[in-house]
Amino acid sequence: MNRRILLKILAALVLVQGLAVQAAFAVLPDEMLPDAGQEARAVALSKNLRCVVCQNQNIDDSAAPIARDMRLLLRERIAAGDTDDKAVAYLVQRYGNYVLLKPPFQTDTILLWISPFAVLAIAAIGFFVSIRNRRSIATGKPLSASERQQLERLLNATPKSGSGTPKS
Amino acid sequence: MKRIAVFIPLAIFAGFAVALWLGLSNDPTHIPSVLIDKPMPPFELAPVVPGQRGLSHADLKGRVSLVNVFGSWCGVCTEEHPTLMKLAANRTIAIYGIDWKDTPADGAKWLAEHGDPYIRVGNDETGRTALDLGVTGAPETFVVDRNGKVRYKQIGAITDTVWHDTLAPLVAKLEAER
Repeated sequence: MNRRILLKILAALVLVQGLAVQAAFAVLPDEMLPDAGQEARAVALSKNLRCVVCQNQNIDDSAAPIARDMRLLLRERIAAGDTDDKAVAYLVQRYGNYVLLKPPFQTDTILLWISPFAVLAIAAIGFFVSIRNRRSIATGKPLSASERQQLERLLNATPKSGSGTPKS
Repeated sequence: MKRIAVFIPLAIFAGFAVALWLGLSNDPTHIPSVLIDKPMPPFELAPVVPGQRGLSHADLKGRVSLVNVFGSWCGVCTEEHPTLMKLAANRTIAIYGIDWKDTPADGAKWLAEHGDPYIRVGNDETGRTALDLGVTGAPETFVVDRNGKVRYKQIGAITDTVWHDTLAPLVAKLEAER
């Protein structure tokens, strides 16, 4: 009796596991190219192409129908003899740079690419300027007579009665 | 001078914050079309309704038109449909349809059920033409000028508001072009 329940649980676990594994592979066997080299190229390129409906997924991972269409189109271009660049350009022509998970370096993306370095440079300049200022304060001219007097007064001032360090 | 310099990081932060805050109101599903101001890519689609003619890019020349991408499986298309029916009934604008990722039988049944506002409908069961047009989902509607050039892409349903506020002024402008 107990063994039957155990077997059922085990069977359910195996089933769930099987489903999970299936879901992890969006690329269906019927999409794959017969040539292993071409298929490997297609997979590598797919990983850098953005699915246009599930936007933070690449088309290799996405189970969306349109991602499948994009994969098929990419494979069609590769099978037709396109180079990697040409095959990707074919998709970019249709969906724009938006499909590239890594945006290209060009005039309208300059800000995107250089702004982190610009901010770093500004921070570095600010840091060195403030360091230099601090050093010039430390090695600055000695105190004037009136400043010396003021310092003396502050150091010699006796605390008023009632204040001071609390006794334990 | 030094007093002011203290506020530079705060100003930079504030600038970033405002820019990113404004960015939040962008809809990430609205991918700008690369077809804007370019001719409609060539396509040749089979008819949806038997006996009628299909749709080709050549049909889109001569007058300002809408090319509406829909599918019988698409819920939002059903919501959008009454607006298109109204535009067709009032002869406001020529509307063409691309029945995307749909069998001709399902497409024809859907049109029989909800009405057919299209001058011509092409079937794109494989989705190949939609890929050429950079379609990301349905409904999507291209505004095409009289030279067959794409001038605008409406992503999502054409509601009465979208028509009046966005598309009608654009269409009027395009119709005034010679």
